[in-house]
Amino acid sequence: MKHPAKKLALLGLCTAIAMVLAWVEIQLPPLTTAVPGIKLGLPNIAIIFILYRFGWKEAAAVSFVRILAVSFIFNPATLPYSLAGGLLSLLGMALLKKTDLLSITGVSVAGGLLHNVGQILMAMLILSTAGLGYYLIILAVTGVVSGIFVGLCGSFAVKRVRFR
Amino acid sequence: MNQTNQTTKPTAHGGGRKFRNDLIFVAAILVIIAIGAAALFLLREEGSTVQVEVNGTIIGTYPLSVDREVEIITGDSGEELNLLVIKDGKASVTTATCPDGICAAHKPISREGESIVCLPHKVVITVIGGNGEEPDVIA
Repeated sequence: MKHPAKKLALLGLCTAIAMVLAWVEIQLPPLTTAVPGIKLGLPNIAIIFILYRFGWKEAAAVSFVRILAVSFIFNPATLPYSLAGGLLSLLGMALLKKTDLLSITGVSVAGGLLHNVGQILMAMLILSTAGLGYYLIILAVTGVVSGIFVGLCGSFAVKRVRFR
Repeated sequence: MNQTNQTTKPTAHGGGRKFRNDLIFVAAILVIIAIGAAALFLLREEGSTVQVEVNGTIIGTYPLSVDREVEIITGDSGEELNLLVIKDGKASVTTATCPDGICAAHKPISREGESIVCLPHKVVITVIGGNGEEPDVIA
């Protein structure tokens, strides 16, 4: 992009959108209270958009700021889990995008899956327990399903959104 | 911006190939998850003991065969409570002061490896085998 200020403004706008999506997600009623952590991962729509329109560095920066801001506004206790999930998710998506084998939706599936895996790994680390295998199975499946949904939204945004 | 659009827009040819790859990718992931789930399901057994951990430290083990209630008090001034109830060979949390109440909503557990986790209080309740002498935990 030719204008650094314009790019900065657009990335800031995307960060705000990602934060709003996170807020929307918090307002949604939980699918089930029996298994914690089932989420759609709506903010990932914005992250995927940036990953494909700008690059992985920009996506990492926006994801990091988004997670920090949302955690401190809503629930600081979730910060380590969100960071682990966001980091692993972005790493996987950036590498898969580089292989150019999958569509945006396929990359998003990996992102949704890895986000949940990262959170569980962090929970295992913090709680010093390996007894979270059941959560891992359930959250892996929901991560794939929500990854498909988020990927479809994300690819729509990547194809349709025009900056003036 | 229009230049970057051109590079990311999939061609009709590449789109079809990628769609097929997507399907293979998702199918492969689901197969791996299914294998993992089958392994967990086949390996699980009725446990005999409930182990309570707070912040990674085991604070107690209780046999599932004896009905009892255990107050798990945590927090700096002991203001945080999870009430563990063992009844009819199953363990559950009936009362909790944590904000989300996820642990109290969890179904009763009795099989080895099943756990109820209260993240806000850092309480992990796990069903283990044996008599509670050798907790199956990665410390």
